[in-house]
Formats: sequence, C-alpha cells, structure tokens
Amino acid sequence: MMSVSASEPQRYLRAQIRWQPVEALFWVATLLPFVVTPSYLVLASQIAITGLFALSLDLIVGYAGLVSLGHAAYFGFGSYTAGLISKWGWGEPLTGLFIAAAAAGVLGYITSVVIARFRHLALIMITLGFGVLLAEAANSASWLTGGADGLQGMRMWKLLGMFEFDLYGYAGFSYALAVLFLAFLLARRLINSPFGLALRGIRENAVRMPAIGADNPAHIRKIYTIAAVMAGTAGALLAQTTETVSLETLSFQRSADVLVVLILGGAGRLYGGLVGAIVYMVARDQASGVNPQYWYFWIGILLIAVVTFLPNGILGGLARLMPAAGRRA
Amino acid sequence: MSTLALATRGLDKSFGSLAVATNVTLELPRGERYALIGPNGAGKTTLINLITGMLKPDRGQILLDSQDITPLKPAERVRRGLVRTFQINTLFPDLNALEAVALAVCERERCSGRWWRTLPSYGAAFEEAHTILVSLELAASCFRPTRELAYGQQRLLEIALALAAKPAVLLLDEPAAGVPQAESAELFSVIANLSQDMTVLFIEHDMNVVFRFAKRIIVMVGGRILVEGTPQEIASDPRVREVYLGRGARHA
Repeated sequence: MMSVSASEPQRYLRAQIRWQPVEALFWVATLLPFVVTPSYLVLASQIAITGLFALSLDLIVGYAGLVSLGHAAYFGFGSYTAGLISKWGWGEPLTGLFIAAAAAGVLGYITSVVIARFRHLALIMITLGFGVLLAEAANSASWLTGGADGLQGMRMWKLLGMFEFDLYGYAGFSYALAVLFLAFLLARRLINSPFGLALRGIRENAVRMPAIGADNPAHIRKIYTIAAVMAGTAGALLAQTTETVSLETLSFQRSADVLVVLILGGAGRLYGGLVGAIVYMVARDQASGVNPQYWYFWIGILLIAVVTFLPNGILGGLARLMPAAGRRA
Repeated sequence: MSTLALATRGLDKSFGSLAVATNVTLELPRGERYALIGPNGAGKTTLINLITGMLKPDRGQILLDSQDITPLKPAERVRRGLVRTFQINTLFPDLNALEAVALAVCERERCSGRWWRTLPSYGAAFEEAHTILVSLELAASCFRPTRELAYGQQRLLEIALALAAKPAVLLLDEPAAGVPQAESAELFSVIANLSQDMTVLFIEHDMNVVFRFAKRIIVMVGGRILVEGTPQEIASDPRVREVYLGRGARHA
C-alpha cells in the first residue's frame, strides 16, 4: 500500500497482524534445546511434532469453533503414508513429507464433505467415528501396515542429502522445528486473512453467517482440508524422525491427547497448541519418570487445575498479565 | 424490467395441524417502504423465515426481481440481494463491529475464502465497513467487541451487517425490539434514510412508528394476510380495528 496517511481501519489492521516482541522471543527460545538440553533433543522433536499437530487442531477447534475427537485420523494417515513411501524404497524426507501431507489433505477433504453437515454432539460422534474407523482399518490391513506390530522396514535417506537422522536427534529436531515454523507462518497468515475472519464468524455465530451470504459448509471443508494437511505433516515428521509407525498414531488416545494439549495451552490463540505441547510433553516425561504406570493421573490433575483456574488455558491466563502474549488474533 | 422487487405466490406452511402461513401472496414494488403488522403469533417472523429460506414452504413460490428463488438456500438468496435482520440480536459477540461488518462485505465480494493474503490487503472492504458504521454512528466504538456494545448499538449493528450485503430487498424483523420508545424513532430515521432503490419490509408493533415510516402496511392475522393498503386505509379499516382495537390492547 502506497497511501501516505493510513486511515483508522488500516492502522488497526496493521497493528493486529504486527509481530510482537514476545513472539520473536518465543521462536528464539525454541532453539534453546540445542544448547541447554542437548541430550533431550528427541523429546524436543516430539514436542515440536505435537505442537504442529495441536496447531492444526486449533484452526478447527479454536478458530472455526468446531469440535473434533478424531483428529488423529489425519495424523496417522500422514504417518503411514510417509512410512510406506520410505519402506517401498523412496527414503528422501522432503518429498516423502509432501506426499504424506497431500494424502492427508485428500482424506481431510473427503471426510469434510460429511463433517461440514453436522454440528455439536453429532459432529463429535462423526469425527470419533471416522477416527475409530481408520484405526480399525489399519489394524486389520496388517499386510500393509504391519498391524499391531507397527510398520517395520523404514529407511530414511539423509536430510537434504547431508544430515543423518541419528539417535541424538540433531537432524530430527532441526527438521521438525523448521517444518513447524513454516507451518506456523502459514497458519498465522491464514488466521489474519479474510478466511480467518470467516472462521471466527462461524465460531461466533454459525446462524448469522448464512444471513450475510456465507457458505458455511464450503468454509468448513476448506479449513478441514488445510488442517488435515498440517496434521498429516506432523504425522509424517514423527514417522520419518523415528523410522517407525505404530497404530497408536491413529488411536483415539492421540485424538484426545491433542485436544488436551490445545485446551491446556489455550485454544484460538495460535501459540496455545505450542505452549500446551511443551507443558504436556515435559509434564508427561517427568511424571512417567516418577511413576511410569500412573503418569496420566498427574496429567488429569494438571488438566483439572488449568480449566478450573485458567478457563482459557495457560495463554489465556498469561494474557491477563501480558496482553500481547495471549492476544486473540 | 419488472417493478416488483419481491413477490410471494400462495405460500403455505404448517407445522403438523398448525397452519402458520396460509396462501400468503405479496407484491412489493421496488423502493417501497412496507410495514408488516399483526398481533403476536400472526406469523410475521415465520413469513420472513419463509421468504429468506430459513423455512421451506409446503407450497408456493418466492420471486426476487421476477426470478423464482424458492429452491435457493438462505446464503444464495442473500447474495442475490435478499437480506434480513433478526428480532433477537444474532451477532458475533467476540468480533468487533468493524470486523463483523467487514466480514459481511467480504462475503458479498466473495473474498472470504482467501487465506494467502492478510487483512490489510483488503483495506477497501474495511473502509467500506467503516463508512457503513460511520453512517450509523457506530464508528466511535467499532474496535470494541460486539458483546461490550450497548444494546441499542447492537440493534444498529444488526442493520449494519445487513447493509454490508448491499440488499435490494431488506427485511427488518422488529428492528427496534427492546429499544426504549424515545430511541426507536432515531433508529427508524436511519431506516427512513436508506437508499430509495432499496425495498424495505419491517415488522413493528409501535403504531406511531408504523404510520410515520411506512408507505404501505400489510396486516397479518392467523397466518393470513388480512388486508394491505396505505396507512389511511389501514387506520380506517373496520377489520383491522376489530383485530387491534376490539381487544383494547394496542390503543395508544
């Protein structure tokens, strides 16, 4: 825009999308594991992957205001796609990631055609149904997926032809973090676009939307497809960095966990899924160190405490102290 | 070119044995200001729901600019210029007024599905939204979330959202519902100042307002149109007097 004196709406919009210092601080801090906890890079890479998965769910739950209990379907589908490509002899990570993401997007679009017709309780049941359906299909197609034993025989080539995925997770974490950052830039752009505004319109009042001429189902199909691409990317990252895929990637448990992560961090805040992933994964790591059998007990306590005292998640609580940190963009 | 902006032909609708609309035939010429009146339960809001597609009629047709729009979905009717407001605020609580109206502009311009460019690239939509809000004297609080606006301002935002869709026909369901009588005249002066190309049908209970702002009045009773005419004709019609004054309920 070449306008010399920006009008009031323009100034407001630019302020809305401007990067906050705390955001820059957050992304610089994501590099800390390399220096501070180099022996925990595998965990850090799991956190980045979970953060990406939660970010994709945030677009649906936090922005469009729709509920999903079957988001692992897209994650697992991306995982298995990436795993099979590698098993069948193509171990190049980036192309594998793209193909897996695209495959998850196709699945996202197909399911969204049905999903876009429902809301509330029916929507929960439909998404749950899709998730369980796919998990069982993968379980019974053991000739393809390895069934309960998991997918064996993946062999990843070097990242960019240079960096080996090793046990220490340098390449793995760098890769996951870079992909997470790119996906975040995309999501940030999306929620600050007219489409992002339309999603918030659906969340705020799905009845009014048609009365201003909005095609809600078309918006919902689109966001489901985009979110599925992101979830599939997260799943593919997990498969590629661990060189294995288990049925757990498609499980109801994973769908539920990612919702917990998002609500913990704060839905509809873009950074909520990322903060939630850090808190959840570190808490799980610590709690399972203390008592491997009952770690979910502590997660339960944490979840109850957060929703009781911080109804808008950790970021919602922070927002009261620092308005810029938890701003709902 | 037809001069009828909106017409209905023999609309019937019943819920079980309860007929809420019976043989409703309307003809609204372009640019006219119509009031739709009738006692509670007469089927006024039902008629708006039928016209806008939120309810499907059992029989009959709805014509917008002489085109049959009966099979179209509500959003498709809005895009053809048939827009409504709601008796009970149906707004976006967490969006501010500027965002909400700009969203309606974006839906009209079909750019609401774009996600690869950020909002400042759509400054024109926000400028237009701002202009609408200025004209309704909402500009001062347009950056505050809708839920924080005063009730009267929310009623105005109802109208602002509808105007952003550039309606050819605007259906206002009790625009002043819940607004103190002193302020409702102000609200109706906004409606009176709307473009003369726009056809307006409003539901209103306050007879002073109706007689002041409507060029013609439609009276509905029990899901049927009782009579349609100028305010003078309606005021002197014995059947209307029976419905309203016969019960002694509405005499000012």
